[in-house]
Amino acid sequence: MASATTTQGATGRGSINAILFYVFLVLFVLVSLFPLLWVFRMSTVTKSDLLTSPAVTLTASPVGTSYSTVFSNPDFIQALQNSVIVAGTTTVICLFFGSICAYSIARLRFRFKGSVMTIILAISFFPAVAIIAPLFIQFTAVGIINTYWAMIIPDVVFALPLTIWILVAFFRELPRDLEEAAKVDGATTLQAFRKVIVPLAAPGVFTTAILTFIHAWNEFLFANTFIFDAAHYPVTVVIPNFATTYTTDYGAQAAGAVVVTIPLVILVLIFQRRIVSGLTAGAVKG
Amino acid sequence: MTTASTEKKRRGALREEFGNPERRLAYYMILPSLVIILLIAFFPIMYSVVLSFTDSTVTAFGSFVGIENYVEMFQNPDFLVGLLNTVIFTVGSVTLEFVIGLGIALAINRAFRGRGLVRAAVLVPWAFPTVISAVMWRLMCQDQIGVIDVVANKLGVISQPILSDNTLLLISCILIDTWKTTPFMALLLLAGLQTIPADVYEAARVDGANVMQRFFRITMPLLKGTILVAVLFRTLDAYRVYDLFWVFSGQQLDSLSTFVFTGVRISQLLFAQGNAASVFVFVTSFLIALVFIKVFGMQTSTEE
Repeated sequence: MASATTTQGATGRGSINAILFYVFLVLFVLVSLFPLLWVFRMSTVTKSDLLTSPAVTLTASPVGTSYSTVFSNPDFIQALQNSVIVAGTTTVICLFFGSICAYSIARLRFRFKGSVMTIILAISFFPAVAIIAPLFIQFTAVGIINTYWAMIIPDVVFALPLTIWILVAFFRELPRDLEEAAKVDGATTLQAFRKVIVPLAAPGVFTTAILTFIHAWNEFLFANTFIFDAAHYPVTVVIPNFATTYTTDYGAQAAGAVVVTIPLVILVLIFQRRIVSGLTAGAVKG
Repeated sequence: MTTASTEKKRRGALREEFGNPERRLAYYMILPSLVIILLIAFFPIMYSVVLSFTDSTVTAFGSFVGIENYVEMFQNPDFLVGLLNTVIFTVGSVTLEFVIGLGIALAINRAFRGRGLVRAAVLVPWAFPTVISAVMWRLMCQDQIGVIDVVANKLGVISQPILSDNTLLLISCILIDTWKTTPFMALLLLAGLQTIPADVYEAARVDGANVMQRFFRITMPLLKGTILVAVLFRTLDAYRVYDLFWVFSGQQLDSLSTFVFTGVRISQLLFAQGNAASVFVFVTSFLIALVFIKVFGMQTSTEE
């Protein structure tokens, strides 16, 4: 509104400003999206076109050979499946423990809330690399090294603070009266949580699930440290290895990268508004 | 007498705290998450500290060797290069991200057509797995055929292949990280900007404050809290850089984290030094956070 009035007032200067503003925006959007667009292009041209020059890559007619290459690779299919299992399990576990914990922090009164929040916050600042050595020893000792659990357990620990922070912010926004009404009608705290808060918070919980899933899907350090055989590799470990599997088949490498990214990009585009409010909830007190 | 009575009072308060059924329920509800966090993050870090003072290997617990691992670590050129790279990367990328991110946030802090498109553009790089973006940029930087390598060569910006020169690799990593996280930084700062009421600016304008004065006297002070949180978050994130270096440089470029990883997973000989390095990373991260909280006065409480 404010900018519209200024544009009307000072026509000359206002419209130049508006044009500059949009040039800046277009530039910003292009720079942000350029790698995805370019790599997508790389994945849809023939190997010889790709190796000729970037100009040829840009104008060549599209083919799908790179995609058939990666989708006929059983290791890649297995890796996609592994990533879904690991990220999915991590998300479910985080939401279960996280929503209980977040409800307690957002709604109930107790003395050591500050210390609890500090411990949880400390984890999000915690360098994961500092614990890979002891975890390696412990996971070997209990025999879960080189299994999904070796990824899920540490993933949960590092995703849980994120889950709790965002859920606390969402729970705090819910109207308190409804719960109290339920309690007046004889519901216990747990019933009020299950019957009133959970359904009301569903959109927030869903957003948190997406963010937790993305976090676990993108994890690389633990997977690269604790997993030894291709049968358990997630996509984040398999795709960089494509550089040795498909040495100069850059198209296949590009196709692998695109396949892994597309689901996330779609998720983000559909739920962008909610994701932004979830991400900024923890950092800004409103 | 006095100590005994305060002791009794404290115990009374504790009993009241845990005797109250609703409060007890609150503790039961946070307990599982807390146990998970303490067991899998805090216990291992203690274990890491113990290991760093022994000559343990992955398979056998060793004997006490004092600070020998730390001495050897500081004499190891790989560690020193990793430390230097990490510091340069952290300072470089966080500075760029903050300056550009603030610029973008200020520019888009208004109503305009196409807001949705901008928000999408902001989120796409953020949602990319770091590893995958490293792979993508590596493909674009391939000698002779990668678009960036070819264009940079034509413009005369570089004289050798990007992927075989460590300085160029480090600069590229800083720029890639800036590409990936600046939008996110802008998003956080924008959320902070939107909490500043418009009438504050209006009042300042009426009082004759110019753009610069409004920026330094209103925007910056009111945005300080958000800035500190965002910058600290990014600093610690950049400081533990692993994925980007490992994948983009094809395992050539050292950081603190790649040094630890090498000790744990690649070279058994470096396991003890890797432990010392992991404690080093932990302690220095802690100190960085402390500086933000104590020196810059960052708010850590989240109570309303």
